[in-house]
Amino acid sequence: MTDQTPVLRLEGIVKTFPGVRALDGVAFSVLPGEVHALMGENGAGKSTLMKVLGGIHAPDEGQIFIAEEPTVMTSPMQAKAKGVVFIHQELSLADELSVAENIFLGELPLKGLGRVDWPKLYADTDAILKTLNVGFDARTRVGDLSIANQQMVEIGRALTVDPRAVIFDEPTASLTDAEKVVLFDVIADLQSRGVGIVYISHRMEEIFKITDRISVLRDGQYRGTLNTAETDEDEVTQLMIGRSLDLSRNESHHEMGDVALEVRGLGCGALYQDVSFSVRRGEVLGFYGLVGAGRTEIAETIFGLRTPSAGQILLNGEEVRIASPIDALGHGISLVPEDRKSQGLVLGMNCRDNMTLPQVDDLTAGPFVSDGAEIAIFDQYRDKLDIRTPGWRQIVGNLSGGNQQKIVIGKWLSMRPEVLIVDEPTRGIDVGSKSEIHNLIRELAAQGFAVIVISSEMPEVLHVSDRIVAMFSGRVMREFTADEVTEDNLIQAISGITDDKVA
Amino acid sequence: MAQLNKTEIGAFLAKQGILIAFAAFMIGFALANQRFIELDNVFGVIRSSAILGVMALGVTFVVIGGNLDLSVGSMMSFSTIVVLDLHDKLGPGLAILAMFALTLALGAFIGFLVGYLKLNSLIVTLGMLSAIHGLTLTWSGGKNMDIADKSGTWFSVFGQERVMGIPVPILIFALLAVALSLLLSKTPFGRKVYAVGGNGQAATFSGIPRARVVFLTYIVSAFCVATAGLLQASRSLGSQNTVGQGMELEVLAAVILGGASLMGGAGTVFKTVIGVLILGFIQNGLLLVGLDFYVQYIVTWIIIILAVWLDVAAKRGRLWSPIA
Repeated sequence: MTDQTPVLRLEGIVKTFPGVRALDGVAFSVLPGEVHALMGENGAGKSTLMKVLGGIHAPDEGQIFIAEEPTVMTSPMQAKAKGVVFIHQELSLADELSVAENIFLGELPLKGLGRVDWPKLYADTDAILKTLNVGFDARTRVGDLSIANQQMVEIGRALTVDPRAVIFDEPTASLTDAEKVVLFDVIADLQSRGVGIVYISHRMEEIFKITDRISVLRDGQYRGTLNTAETDEDEVTQLMIGRSLDLSRNESHHEMGDVALEVRGLGCGALYQDVSFSVRRGEVLGFYGLVGAGRTEIAETIFGLRTPSAGQILLNGEEVRIASPIDALGHGISLVPEDRKSQGLVLGMNCRDNMTLPQVDDLTAGPFVSDGAEIAIFDQYRDKLDIRTPGWRQIVGNLSGGNQQKIVIGKWLSMRPEVLIVDEPTRGIDVGSKSEIHNLIRELAAQGFAVIVISSEMPEVLHVSDRIVAMFSGRVMREFTADEVTEDNLIQAISGITDDKVA
Repeated sequence: MAQLNKTEIGAFLAKQGILIAFAAFMIGFALANQRFIELDNVFGVIRSSAILGVMALGVTFVVIGGNLDLSVGSMMSFSTIVVLDLHDKLGPGLAILAMFALTLALGAFIGFLVGYLKLNSLIVTLGMLSAIHGLTLTWSGGKNMDIADKSGTWFSVFGQERVMGIPVPILIFALLAVALSLLLSKTPFGRKVYAVGGNGQAATFSGIPRARVVFLTYIVSAFCVATAGLLQASRSLGSQNTVGQGMELEVLAAVILGGASLMGGAGTVFKTVIGVLILGFIQNGLLLVGLDFYVQYIVTWIIIILAVWLDVAAKRGRLWSPIA
């Protein structure tokens, strides 16, 4: 592999924006047939580098080489023509059009008088789909496909040219484990055809599973390239954040109080049935399961966003009726939702106003909102959660993912809840902020909050939880204490395999 | 470094572009016709903008809340006709109260459809534009409405008098602007309007009653329309059924010109006032430099397109972008 010419090489790339040196002499290269991971915390410059590569930003200095030929990138279309294609995290497909129309969008094969050559379009598309080994055909409406299959369509788009390099930006963010396997097969296939792959992800497991080399950016600077086979998570993390992380299992044993929240036989139509569990003050209860197992729906029911069809919710031993988030807040239940951008934050609003939103009615002096009271709350939780922002006036949309998530957590902590539910606490957040948020969750429990953590990441659940509820297809399969849980029995439980010893 | 400055200037121009363009217009008109900046003319412009302005204040709430209100023009005709008709039947005081009650009821109906039933505001208010026009014609029988004794009623005070030298419509516009500005920028309700318009789902997750907030923005809008109807009726003491026709678009233009986002969540009362004044002065200036009255329709449209473009450019950070 070493004596091959790189399909893609960037050298000394510098890009400044007003007040920020976003990229500071970055070098990066991809060899044919290799999977090269690009890693770095949010804000490290990965996206800017990719935008430079795609011709969206022109670099101030530096040079891009494609097959060792100096190239100036002017637009993503031109990059594609040169064989450099991007698979974005957020899908950009037209739901109402067919798979074929999406794949050849903008380059539909034509015959005379500008008419679309449909037979050729469908034939070409089916040929591409065949190499992807998928179970749908060219005529399928894209809106009818699952997210994973839509991603395959997006990949199909890349294959209308003979690509030299394919850039995957967080491709597994919304995929289930089984769907990931299919994606990795496709990547391996591209690899075997000599295509160079750039793989951007925060997920260490995947990085170590599929990549050959890892390049790390920090604060816009190139930090080095490691051979995956010769390194470990610790070394990569150190390069990324400049220190090492504690990702061990949860060992802490502090005092626990009474049961704060109990759920008995809760059900909600076909979403989940017969769910029972309880959580004590000072305890972190983890919920683990595949996407669609019903975890989020349970949280939403407890928070009053869904109406249960069966069962009871008890708070401090008394049954309560929660018909709306307003009721839930009144009962001291807070929910840090799954998707911070669409559910957690008003992105165009400033930090302070976002944080105080649920209690703005109570922060008044006369008829007006009290600036002082609001700033006091913001300052308190900014310090407590170590939120890094130039000030409360900063628009939340401009913060990094980790800081945004801390604003959401601060928003709900400042309500002084008895029960705090956190759904996917670290989704799309870089490693450094991740461990801060994990520590924070442990600390909150130690302070006497009853905390429920819902997560799709096993290391996270194992790290923060005192007990773990494993869910499969809308049912609680098994409950583990931190002592008895292993990765194996947890995976079995969430895959619907019943453990004989329990039965 | 030089490049950095260039981007910063560009960003500043894009951000303040509408004010700069406005200033350029003002200077140009002033040079072309001295009369343009005489106090008399300035008062005249603000005064004739007051009715439009009062309506725009209310629509600002609706738009920031993430919805549209295209019914305000025809609702203003309704208010005007109703208060003129009831003036001779109930006397001025009761007529005004009854008119406000009826207009607020219309606003409540729209607010119910858009807020609680979650129907698309464009469809609902476009429908109401037509429906309320029908209601007005039914009320008046299609005839013009006039007050019988035009010289013997105190009703004319709202549209025609001056207090401390300032025309009353200007005073009412200013007072309402200050009051609504405080309501929007300083109260919990105002904060919720921004939240609901900025991200309705996040607002729901924060325990904000979205439906009620949207409902209330239409109540504020209807209150402003009723006030505008009062000013209109008091100024002319007689009216056609179509007095407010077409104003909904001018109102929306002023609100957008002021920088409120049609996606909701952004804008201020102060900026809307600026938008109203820009429209008023430009229309006045065009007349003073001797252009035909009808030219204003074209120029207004161009200015709105310009404003929207600059707004988008400010967000993108450049004037033109190869990708959306």
